[in-house]
Amino acid sequence: MRIETYEDAFNRVKARNEGAFIPFTVAGDPDFETSLKIVKIFVENGADALEIGFPFSDPVADGPTVQLANTRALDAGMTVEKGFQFIKKVREFTDIPVGVLTYYNLIYKMGIDEFYEKAKLNGANAILAADLPPEEANDALHSAKRYGVQQIFMAAQSTSNQRLDEILKLCSGFLYVVAVMGITGARNELKDSTIELIERIKCHSKIPVAVGFGISKQDHVSNVINAGADGAIVASAILNIITENLHNKEEMLQKIGKFCRELKGVTKVIR
Amino acid sequence: MILDGKFGKYGGAFVPELLIPALEELEKAFLKYREDKKFNEELEYYLREFAGRPTPLYHAENLSEKLGCKIYFKREDLLHTGAHKINNTLGQGLLAKYMGKLRLIAETGAGQHGIATAVIGSLLQIPTEVYMGSEDVERQKLNVFRMELSGAKVIPVSNGSRTLKDAINDAFRDWVSSADTTHYLIGSTMGPHPYPTMVKHFQKVIGRETREDILKKEGKLPDAVIACVGGGSNALGIFSAFVDDEEVELIGAEGGGEGLKAKHGATISAGTEGVLHGSLSFVLQDDHGQIAEAHSISAGLDYPGVGPEHAFLSSEGRAKYYPVTNEEAIRGFKLLSQYEGILPALESSHAVGMAEKYAKENKGKTIVVNLSGRGDKDVDILAKLMEVKL
Repeated sequence: MRIETYEDAFNRVKARNEGAFIPFTVAGDPDFETSLKIVKIFVENGADALEIGFPFSDPVADGPTVQLANTRALDAGMTVEKGFQFIKKVREFTDIPVGVLTYYNLIYKMGIDEFYEKAKLNGANAILAADLPPEEANDALHSAKRYGVQQIFMAAQSTSNQRLDEILKLCSGFLYVVAVMGITGARNELKDSTIELIERIKCHSKIPVAVGFGISKQDHVSNVINAGADGAIVASAILNIITENLHNKEEMLQKIGKFCRELKGVTKVIR
Repeated sequence: MILDGKFGKYGGAFVPELLIPALEELEKAFLKYREDKKFNEELEYYLREFAGRPTPLYHAENLSEKLGCKIYFKREDLLHTGAHKINNTLGQGLLAKYMGKLRLIAETGAGQHGIATAVIGSLLQIPTEVYMGSEDVERQKLNVFRMELSGAKVIPVSNGSRTLKDAINDAFRDWVSSADTTHYLIGSTMGPHPYPTMVKHFQKVIGRETREDILKKEGKLPDAVIACVGGGSNALGIFSAFVDDEEVELIGAEGGGEGLKAKHGATISAGTEGVLHGSLSFVLQDDHGQIAEAHSISAGLDYPGVGPEHAFLSSEGRAKYYPVTNEEAIRGFKLLSQYEGILPALESSHAVGMAEKYAKENKGKTIVVNLSGRGDKDVDILAKLMEVKL
C-alpha cells in the first residue's frame, strides 16, 4: 500500500474546500484490540489523518483525561514495540497519514535511530515528542532524515515570531499549534486568542498548520478551520467517550463514530 | 536560552514548547541577579539573620574515636526549618520577588521542601501553593499542617503513583498556564535548565563555608566529602567547593532501600540513562522506558531520577555513588544519636551510614559528612520500625 503523505492529505482536503479532521487516541487504550477498532472507526467516519499516542508513565504536557488513557493502555500491557505493531495493523486498513505522539524518554530508551527506523518500517509518517523542543532535537532530526520520517514540532501563544521561524525551519509534515496556554483536555470555550494565534502563525508557515489542545466541539473545529487552520486535532473529547463507556465497547465505538462524523461534518471552509 | 545547561551530555531542557519562554525568562533573571550586588546583599542578609548561617563544621570526637577516622559534620541540620533546603528557597524566592512574580508553586515529597517554600512565601509575602502526592499527604499529615500554618495551600495530587514524581508533573502542568505570574520553585538540582545550575548556585554556600572552616581547623583539605543524594542539591552544594581538588574523594550515598535487587531509590547505582522532568540523566525505568517507582525509608531519597550534574560527575569518575540500604541508614541514625546527641534526618543518615562503611576501609582519614537535615521529622517512622509506641 502506498502511504499518503501529509502534503497529499492536506491538498486532498483543501481541494474539497475543507480542513482536515485529525482524531487522536492512545494506542492500546483500553486494550490493543478495542483500540484498533477505535482507529478503524476514526477512518470510517471521516478522519483525514491520525494521531496515535504511545503511552508514557509521566505525561507532563497532558491533562487528566490523556493521562488516564495512558495509564489504561500501560495497564493493558502496551509498550513501544507493541505500539509499532499497532501502527502496522492500522496500515492494513488505511493509507492516510499516521503521526506518532509520545514523550522523548520512550524514544531515547529504545535508541533514537532504532525508534525512527521502526516508525518507518511500520508505516508511521511522523513523530512528535511533546517534551522535545528544537534545541534538543538534533539526534532525532538526524534519524528522522535518515529514515524519511517527518519531525513535527509545536508552537504556542508564547512562541515569539522569531522562534516560530526557527521551529518552522526544522518542522515538516505540519506544525502542531497548541490552542491554549495549558495542558491537553476538553474545554468548553474556544478563546479569541486561539483565533489570533492561528492567524499569526498562518502568516509565517509554509507548511500546513493543525490545531490541538482543547478542541472538543463542533464549533471549535469549525472556528479554527475558518480562522485558517489546515486541520483540527481532537483528543480528550474522544478519550472521554472511551472513559465513559468502558463497560460497553459496542456503544463506545458507536458513540465515537457518531462524534467523528459530527466533527468532520463541520470542517467545510465557509469564509 | 543563553546557556545550554549541559553537564557533558547530561542535563538540557526537555520540556513542552509552552515552557520554553518561561525557562528563558528565568535563566535571564538568574544570570542577571546572581551578579547583582543588591540581590546578593539581601540574600546574604536573610541567610544570616533568618536562616541562621553560617552553620558550624562540628568535629565529632566520640564518633571519630569509635570509627577510627577524624569526622566532621557540616551542620545544615541547624538551619531554620531543619535542613539545607532553605538556602535554595531563599535564593529562588528572592529571585521570584525581583522578577515580580506574584505566586510561588513547589512540589514536595515528605514535605521538607514544601515547608521551606511555605516559610519563604510567608517571609516575602508571596502566596504559595505546594503540590504533594495524595499518598504523601496522608503519610505526612503533620508537615501538611505545618505548611498550612505558614499560610501555604497544599494541593493533593491523585495522578499516577500519587507521590513526589506526580507532584512534580502537576507543578509543571500548573506552570504551563501560569508562568506569567508564577515562579515554580524546584527543590533540588533537577529539572530542566536553568534549575540544576541555579539550585546548585544557591547551595554552594555549604561548600564555601566547609572549605574555609576545614582549612582553618585542619590546615588541609579533607580526604573525603560524603553527602546523601536524592535529587542531589545538598551533595552538589558541598561537592562544588572540592570538585577541582582531585585528592578529595567525593562520595554520594543513594537510597539503597531494601537492596538493589528489591525496592530502592539508587538511581545512579542501578538506573539507566533517560529523560525525566526535563533533563537527561539517570532514571529508574523499565525496559520500555516507563518510569519506575522508587523506594527508600527516607522520603527525600525516594525519587526515580537524579540531578544531571551527578550523572556527569559519576560518568567522569570524579564522584562515586553507592547505595546505602534502609538498614544501614538506621544504623547511621542510631550511631550519631548515641555518640553525639545529634538526631540526623533519615536522608542524612544515609551519609552517616556511608561514612561508617568508608571509615572501615580507610582508617585515620579525615572525613566531612554533610548533615543536610535534622531528624525530628523522622522519629515517628523510627518508633514504628523499632516497635516503640509513642
